[in-house]
Amino acid sequence: MESKTPILLEVKNLKKYFPIRTGFFRRTTGQVSAVDGVSFFIREGETLGLVGESGCGKTTTGRCILRAHPPTAGEVWFRKDGEMVNILELSTKEMKPLRREMQIIFQDPFSSLNPRMTVMDIVSEPLRIHGLAQGAELKAQVRELLEAVGLKAQHMNRYPYAFSGGQRQRIGIARALALRPRLIICDEPVSALDVSVQAQTLNLLEDLQKEFGLTYLFIAHDLSVVEHISDRVAVMYLGNIVELAKAEELYINPLHPYSEALLSAIPRTDPDHVSKRLVLPGDVPSPANPPPGCKFHPRCRYAQPICQTEKPEWRLLHDDHWVACHRAEELSLVGIDYD
Amino acid sequence: MSDTTSKSEELFRLYEELSDASADLEPEDLAEQKSLDAIFAASQWQLMWRKFKRNKVAIAGGIVVLLFYLGALLAGFIAPYTLESRFVKYIHMPPQRVRFFNNGKLQPHVCGVDLTIDENLRKHYTPDCTERFPLQFFAHGEPYKLLGLIDTDVHLFQVPDGIVSLLGTDRQGRDMFSRILYGSQISLTIGLLGVLMSLLFGSVLGVISGYYGGWIDDLMQRLIELVRSFPAIPLWMALSAAVPPHWPPLRTYFAVTLILSLIGWTWLARQLRGKVLSLRHEDFVLAAKMTGATDAWIIFRHLIPATFSHIIVVSTLAMPSMILSETALSFLGLGLRPPITSWGVLLKEVQNIQSIALYPWVFTPALAIAILILAFNFLGDGLRDAADPYTV
Ligand SMILES: Nc1ncnc2c1ncn2[C@@H]1O[C@H](COP(=O)(O)OP(=O)(O)OP(=O)(O)O)[C@@H](O)[C@H]1O
Ligand code: SF4
Ligand SMILES: [Mg+2]
Repeated sequence: MESKTPILLEVKNLKKYFPIRTGFFRRTTGQVSAVDGVSFFIREGETLGLVGESGCGKTTTGRCILRAHPPTAGEVWFRKDGEMVNILELSTKEMKPLRREMQIIFQDPFSSLNPRMTVMDIVSEPLRIHGLAQGAELKAQVRELLEAVGLKAQHMNRYPYAFSGGQRQRIGIARALALRPRLIICDEPVSALDVSVQAQTLNLLEDLQKEFGLTYLFIAHDLSVVEHISDRVAVMYLGNIVELAKAEELYINPLHPYSEALLSAIPRTDPDHVSKRLVLPGDVPSPANPPPGCKFHPRCRYAQPICQTEKPEWRLLHDDHWVACHRAEELSLVGIDYD
Repeated sequence: MSDTTSKSEELFRLYEELSDASADLEPEDLAEQKSLDAIFAASQWQLMWRKFKRNKVAIAGGIVVLLFYLGALLAGFIAPYTLESRFVKYIHMPPQRVRFFNNGKLQPHVCGVDLTIDENLRKHYTPDCTERFPLQFFAHGEPYKLLGLIDTDVHLFQVPDGIVSLLGTDRQGRDMFSRILYGSQISLTIGLLGVLMSLLFGSVLGVISGYYGGWIDDLMQRLIELVRSFPAIPLWMALSAAVPPHWPPLRTYFAVTLILSLIGWTWLARQLRGKVLSLRHEDFVLAAKMTGATDAWIIFRHLIPATFSHIIVVSTLAMPSMILSETALSFLGLGLRPPITSWGVLLKEVQNIQSIALYPWVFTPALAIAILILAFNFLGDGLRDAADPYTV
């Protein structure tokens, strides 16, 4: 992606703290820092991979962008008619036309489709909500959408239970496409699918991106899934993005120790790499009680005393390569050999 | 002979041609496609019905419930007498037997009744079959309003010159069978109306509470806890005491229904709140929201339809307690009062030991209640088992 391409979405210092309530009066006794100051941008037509372990705040980031829950702090700028608008400042009414521009694909192909609606009703819902089509016109559009995602249009009167996981995911994709959005947040769209179906679904998403000129924020919990589909990749740990770079750059030349560990976990056919897998000591700390300083320090094999007290700054190290680590310059970390 | 064979041959050829043609249109797929569509395009209700059908006990329960409601609807027609009819000569008469054959001929009839009074002044009724009164069907009798609208005097059966009392008479010589039928009009509708009213409060408040959460939910939950922490019977007694005795019957009837549903709604609200609470976080709700759907859209297109089967089950299962509550309240003299006749009122009238010992047939309203409650429970259980094809 050339840097000339305009930015479609920019997230600035996004924070989301969930209150922890306990006791009879449900007093707030603490908070979960699900997203703790995240900044990134996505250019038009680009795919940004967002990767991190379970619970690190990927879903919350995606949902804050769509205003599913109000963020604690931060800004979300979206390009609308050539101008950037902070969508967090819009009223519900002002937001509605913008909802046509951004959609979401869910991880769970079961929870994401209403079991009581036919495929026709599910896929046409966005069009009906925005009053864009009705009657025969609506049906024709649904038929077109189903064909676009590789489903048989004559099955539109069936209920979700008649479909396999992969097919259900396609129904969800058809629904997301219905309003011809520009941005789609794909929240682990293939994690719940069989490995053989995963590849098909990823290919479909890539084809659709070309066909409809889509921009993706593609969330995944390991680097192998986003490897081929992403232009750039952001690595998230405990509510923070710790590294962001062009995909090849990050895979070959990681700058953050956490990225290095994730990369070493990618299964390779080459047996040498298996032995080099870095196992992170300990568990992911709770986002309700994150470690001070660099949140990664209890599990980092390069940690220094400074890491325990001082929070590393989010900085641009090379061309388009961002990282948050005190020792980014001095360490030479191992990426992946593409030979 | 040859004509029919040629005809059938012709048919056969036509059949072959047709099947060939369709094979050309969509190879092998068509029949398969049709049968799959039958399965996969079945709505929630079709799936429920398929499952429910297999439960014979529930079906039986449903039929009994239907019969009771049909009886209530057509009470004036089925009952041989009205509420006002008295037979002063036949006080506390035991049930009469209907005999079907007269001299080997099919002719349903009842025998005449002989009254003797013994040394304790107790009345003894004995059938006297020298006199036989045939039942006349669709015969003219006392006037009444069919369905409360149409003036008529045609009854299902009548015994023009004698008395027919299938379940005996009470202490004023009134036919129990007719009274139970008329009583069911009140008891069955008060149950239905009570459940409907509970449904109205309960579903609206429950759905709102579950959907919006936060302080609205907290407030609603505390309110429900408050209502429910009152013991039911004393609360009803207090409320009923507040209903002025001089109120006309219809108003008393509605007041009692309201009192019953005042507690009933909390149960329903809790159930629906729980259901909505779990649905609220389903991704399909979020998807609709993220598309710009309004709260009303989500509530009416996603949440209510999803709780619909639940509402039906909960209402069916709530019916017995509604009916029993009315009975209990009236039995205690706190609910409906004569001249309104409900099952509770009927039981209240025979509230003494003497009746149980000497005239057990005046307790037939209790039997009617028991049968109906059982039937409702069987039906409700069956509906519950069939209710959510997606969660099992
Ligand atoms: N509605 C909520 N209320 C309270 N805490 C929440 C809520 N949603 C998420 N969290 C917490 O925020 C943190 C981040 O959750 P999130 O779902 O964003 O993680 P994730 O990276 O998407 O994980 P996964 O890979 O499991 O989907 C978790 O610790 C989670 O428990
Ligand atoms: S800042 Fe320190 S602890 Fe954190 S990743 Fe870098 S080296 Fe490791
Ligand atoms: Mg997630």
